[in-house]
Amino acid sequence: MNSSLEKGYVPGKHPNLPPPVKTTGIMAWAKQNLFSSPMNIVLTLLSVWFLWTIIPPFFEWAAFNSIWTAGNRQECWDQMSSPGAGACWAFIENRLSLFTYGFYPTHLQWRVNLSFIMFVLALIPVLYEKMPYRKYGLIYSSIFPFIAGWLLVGGFGLEKVDTDQFGGIMLTLILGVTGISFSLPIGIILALGRQSKMPVLRILCVLFIEFIRGVPLITLLFVASTMLNYFLPPGTVFDLLLRVLIMVTLFASAYIAEVIRGGLQAIKKGQHEAGDSLGLTYWQAHRLIILPQALKISIPGIVNTFIGLYKDTTLVLIIGMLDMLGIGDASLADAQWAGLANEIYIFVALFFFISCFGMSRYSIYLEKKLHTGY
Amino acid sequence: MTTLKQGTIPNYWSGILDNVFKRRYKMRALEKIALTLIAVGALAFTATAGTLEDVKSRGELRCVVSTGIAGFAYPDSDGTWKGFDVDFCRATAAAVLGDSNAIKAVTSTGKTRFTKLNSGEGDVLWRNTTITFSRDVGVKLTFVGVNYYDGQGFMVNKSLGVKSAKELDGASVCIQTGTTTELNLADFFRANNMSYEAVTIEKNSEARAAYLSGRCDIYTTDASGLAATRSTFPNPGNHMILPEIISKEPLGPATRQGDDQWADIVRWVYNATVTAEELGVTSSNVDSMKGSNNPEILRLLGVEGSQGEELGLSKDWAYQVIKQIGNYSEIFERNIGTNTPIGLARGLNALWTQGGLQYSPPFR
Repeated sequence: MNSSLEKGYVPGKHPNLPPPVKTTGIMAWAKQNLFSSPMNIVLTLLSVWFLWTIIPPFFEWAAFNSIWTAGNRQECWDQMSSPGAGACWAFIENRLSLFTYGFYPTHLQWRVNLSFIMFVLALIPVLYEKMPYRKYGLIYSSIFPFIAGWLLVGGFGLEKVDTDQFGGIMLTLILGVTGISFSLPIGIILALGRQSKMPVLRILCVLFIEFIRGVPLITLLFVASTMLNYFLPPGTVFDLLLRVLIMVTLFASAYIAEVIRGGLQAIKKGQHEAGDSLGLTYWQAHRLIILPQALKISIPGIVNTFIGLYKDTTLVLIIGMLDMLGIGDASLADAQWAGLANEIYIFVALFFFISCFGMSRYSIYLEKKLHTGY
Repeated sequence: MTTLKQGTIPNYWSGILDNVFKRRYKMRALEKIALTLIAVGALAFTATAGTLEDVKSRGELRCVVSTGIAGFAYPDSDGTWKGFDVDFCRATAAAVLGDSNAIKAVTSTGKTRFTKLNSGEGDVLWRNTTITFSRDVGVKLTFVGVNYYDGQGFMVNKSLGVKSAKELDGASVCIQTGTTTELNLADFFRANNMSYEAVTIEKNSEARAAYLSGRCDIYTTDASGLAATRSTFPNPGNHMILPEIISKEPLGPATRQGDDQWADIVRWVYNATVTAEELGVTSSNVDSMKGSNNPEILRLLGVEGSQGEELGLSKDWAYQVIKQIGNYSEIFERNIGTNTPIGLARGLNALWTQGGLQYSPPFR
């Protein structure tokens, strides 16, 4: 006040001066966040140097020097200044149909496309709450797996396709989507069973969960692919994909059960008692009061498990099923193209990143939407 | 009161009857399910007669192949399986079914290949499999021939100036884990009083990257694998495969033990390709060879004799093999020969008349 008087400002007539240069703008931000102490200066410079050595060469390789049309590796390399100076995306282009459909017969690939479109349509009512006529949408979503199964495998009027012709993105999606959509309900039932007061049910659920969690997925896959054959009468070919789907689903549901049990335990006893005092039955209380809250709390854990499951599906490679990663590996054995492993693995990684990042963003959106402040 | 009683008694009885009826009905349904299961199981048991009948009735041959080994088995961009082993699988299908395309590739890793065969998921195994005592006896397989003689070798960068594997003391070696190559390597270095540093890796593509980036001085695996890997280098000429081959790796097809007829078929399909090369019968001249003067050619092609019937196949089974797939040399040159990116010389796999080991018993 004194100082303003000294400068001759009339009280209340102080002009709106811009803030000092040192506290705004890029410089200030940089000083505050990047160069605030000698330690931070060193770290910043190191990071810049690190990024500078990594990013430009990568883009040079992946974008500027990359080749998009070629018939084989040698043609690709002939177009470059030196072999391997750029990415040879022509390889991915050459393999795109194999990556998408696996070994599915070419003339029947419309069935895969149709299933995919139906899958996207089935996702909408599940993910988007404000959809009009959502109730009917959900009915469609719940019967979709069976329609898709019929479309993909055939039978009942459609030409049959054996499941060992499945591969690539299609197989990855089948494994992931089936595992995810069936493990949630099974997981909820297991979690409730584990909390049940009925001893037999409780012990069965605990045994199941602990057994599955105590065994690595790869072991279960080996059991599915090799052991079951010895137990079944010789000659019965019990579809390998079905066996693997069952194992993957059981595996995920044990984890989901534990995640949901965490959510259930976070619900205060008062909520149960409130349900009882309203005269609700066990199922009514859980459907209307307990589970909505428990599931909301568990969302990050559930989505975490889903993402883990989705990525774990690549393990089927070890039992000889060619999923996305398996097709990539098999393609690398083609002498026309072999040696372009980086391109393949970057492509596969990108696919998985997009899928998993999408799931993660959706879970954040869901958490925000369901956040009620308590 | 009376009306009530009259009403309750029949209701009461009908309730009991209902219960009895329902229970009975349920038991019947259960019985039905059980009976169907037994019937299905019995059918499944009776369905396993002989592999030959199974394949013929199915109209399709299931071959256990690898999930991808350069030159030996890999899918091309259309998803069609190709390669040296796959061609032999196609040859088997041509002999049995008359159609080299009537195959299904049952992909398997090194760990699952024998179970896939033994559990009946595959009919025959054509999958870069080294014949060993324990696999023949312990895993209960029947090996019926050697379609490729391989052996473990070393690849080094020429700039190291190494001329022999005996000079590799102290080298770091890239090696795939859990394979016989690991044991062979240890034996070889110990026998020669040398030390080495193992850089263990899981897959061939990983080994390639490790070797090229200089994480290891040498890469060791089967010589065919080394050649295939070297062919994918930016400058293959800078690398050499050392002359020492330190192990025997006879790779051959296998069938389940106990089905001798089927084993015979697979054995003679392979023999037919070798014999055809020896007699100069190729896919292009096979038709004119039917009019040859050589009785062995005539027997091979089914013009004379009854070899086909004795095997349980059609008379012209070997003709189909050669017509559709070709003789051993054609299969070799098409997939892994010197004109392919793999670029393998015949070496040990030349005919016995040309200093190699490929040798077929006579068709007589």
